[in-house]
Amino acid sequence: MGRKLDVLRKEKRGPGRKARKQKGAEVELAKFLPPTTDSSGKKLSSHARKRAAKRRMGSGKAQARRNLLQLKKEGGKLRRPGARASGYPQLGGSDSSSLPLTPAKRSQPAEDYEEEHLESSGSEGEGGADAWESMGDDGSDEEMVDDYGASSSEEEEVGTLLLPIEQAARKQKSGSPLAWDSLSEDDSEEEEEERVSSPSKGQKEEEDADLQLNMEPDEQFVLPSGEEVERAAELPDLQLIHQRIKDNVEVLQDFKAKREVGRARQEYLALLRHDLAAYYSYSDFLLKKLMDLFPLPELVNFLESNEVPRPMTLRTNTLKTRRRDLAQALINRGVNLDPLGKWSKTGLVVYDSSVPIGATPEYLAGHYMLQGASSLLPVMALAPQENERVLDMCCAPGGKTSYIAQLMKNTGVILANDSNAERLRSVVGNLHRLGVTNAVLSHCDGRQFPKVLGGFDRVLLDAPCSGTGVISKDPAVKTNKDEKDMLRCAHLQKELLLSAIDSVNAASETGGYVVYCTCSILVEENEWVVDYALKKRNVRLVPTGLDFGKEGFTRFKDRRFHPSLKLTRRFYPHTHNMDGFFIAKLKKFSNVIPKMLK
Amino acid sequence: RSIGENIQLLVDRPDGCYCFRLHKDRVYYVSERILKVATSVPGDKLVALGTCFGKFTKTQKFRLHVTALDYLAPYAKYKVWVKPGAEQSFLYGNHVLKSGLGRITENTAQYQGVVVYSMADVPLGFGVAAKSTQDCRKVDPMAIVVFHQADIGEYVRHEDTLT
Repeated sequence: MGRKLDVLRKEKRGPGRKARKQKGAEVELAKFLPPTTDSSGKKLSSHARKRAAKRRMGSGKAQARRNLLQLKKEGGKLRRPGARASGYPQLGGSDSSSLPLTPAKRSQPAEDYEEEHLESSGSEGEGGADAWESMGDDGSDEEMVDDYGASSSEEEEVGTLLLPIEQAARKQKSGSPLAWDSLSEDDSEEEEEERVSSPSKGQKEEEDADLQLNMEPDEQFVLPSGEEVERAAELPDLQLIHQRIKDNVEVLQDFKAKREVGRARQEYLALLRHDLAAYYSYSDFLLKKLMDLFPLPELVNFLESNEVPRPMTLRTNTLKTRRRDLAQALINRGVNLDPLGKWSKTGLVVYDSSVPIGATPEYLAGHYMLQGASSLLPVMALAPQENERVLDMCCAPGGKTSYIAQLMKNTGVILANDSNAERLRSVVGNLHRLGVTNAVLSHCDGRQFPKVLGGFDRVLLDAPCSGTGVISKDPAVKTNKDEKDMLRCAHLQKELLLSAIDSVNAASETGGYVVYCTCSILVEENEWVVDYALKKRNVRLVPTGLDFGKEGFTRFKDRRFHPSLKLTRRFYPHTHNMDGFFIAKLKKFSNVIPKMLK
Repeated sequence: RSIGENIQLLVDRPDGCYCFRLHKDRVYYVSERILKVATSVPGDKLVALGTCFGKFTKTQKFRLHVTALDYLAPYAKYKVWVKPGAEQSFLYGNHVLKSGLGRITENTAQYQGVVVYSMADVPLGFGVAAKSTQDCRKVDPMAIVVFHQADIGEYVRHEDTLT
């Protein structure tokens, strides 16, 4: 179902023949270029290679454009006759006249370029040094340092006039290990800071390889003293920080083997945290929490996936249409979509769309609802049956409520509650649009609930939370949450969960279930809250009925939770490609509220 | 009203008794079972129940809301179908022009309330016929044939006032 994104087709859709011709020229240029670097006969590290490629492209493109203009002027149809000539005998007389020109014209630019490339890299001071780096990179560290040590100033001046290869040769001749020894560590490191942008990247990549032989590369990211780091903070170089994060994580993963002698793990961690905070702009508090939660490589993945938005998903409203019909209708409008996954019968993923997906006639007619994949899960866990009384405690903006109504086929009663009257407006709109008729909306405070109305068969509590699972939606969470906010949330959640449990009727034949979910991934707001409820009320955890997701924690740092907490489910953006989420399903087995043990 | 005496069908339904209730100037159409639940919610905390049909304006005139569309559409006597091209325009609150008219029920009188459908039979909103069916045949392509009253685009445009 659905149209797959076809790479081939996309290419065809391009501007046309001219564009393709341009690409051809670039490819051809690239074909000519590698020999210039290969001729030095040396292997480059990946970073150096990338840099070299970029430089090549930079000057190469300009050159290529110039050449192309020339080409266009002299013979607009050059490419075509050439192509025809390769396969077919000549037909048109007029074409054949321009044909012999083609190969000559094509090869000339490349030669031109080669010359220019060498010239340009030789003539500019910076470019020259750069070029040398990329070529002589495999040289040992001594040379590197030497370059910037005693003899460097004079040599660089000379170097600006020389071709890169010659320069490299020069270095090798004059390189002396003594020069390196004389440099203090701090010195070399400062230099490293100075020339972060260009040379040392490639070397860093290699550092793990020659770690045993040479301790110096290791120091390059560990050593930054507090002062050093602060200085960098004023003018943050994201590339450098990113690299440092990578290296640091690598060391921390195999700490025994790779660590620098005399450095404590704490120091590494502190630096890593500082770097992560700077690179992804998180608050220190939140980062600390996250570091407790994830192993390090996963943490980086998690942070990274918070930077990209989740795919847009929508849920078919089976009250009004079927998924197949909806998908067909949307495809006809130029929407590229696919079924969400095996676990959902109503979800669709939208890849791209030529129309605003929130304003199609189908949307307005209530055939679907825009809804994150993760918010389908709690309702599936709740599994409402027909003719039940269901309470949705914090319902805005109505996505889950309408899904409940859909599963109940508009029978029974849903009491949709939200404490915020403003947010309820959108719920009213959405429910009416989707044709939900069995809902009653109210804006009571969730904590008063058993007093307002009790005896529900099922309760869904989507508790207000710090939102640490949906950072990709709301990046403000990164910085504006602190310990106090989190504890306030946790407190509110505990109160809400208890009142939710109290409003359930344990004697219900079909139900007696409470589903607790948050879009937070912090343990304090999830396992801790559920654990608290387990102690306070006659409830037990039951499997959520979802066969994927990670198990909840039963132990976290110094805390030990009830072992049944592994029946809860956690979802993460980096592993499941949906918003971070936590789901717990509780079954109430007695209406009696246990007395406090004191 | 656009459905005439079919109102009887709405109240006496096979699956339980349904009724109209007035709440904060708005008319809601709910089943009795839901009503029972709703009565236990304090009046000032109750936001909506069942389906909102429309509201009484300050001058005590009744205004039909688009939210009633799902119920009224099946019972509508007079219908107008609009072409796919004009669909979007109607959903942005414009009147239906002759050029966008796909089909119209026979014998529609002038100023008769109608339900507007897309060609795929998706109900789009309410309108008032500006011309009778006979007149529609004659008028030029740019003339208005259906005045716009309410459409499902309002779910997005006037989310705040729907309740």
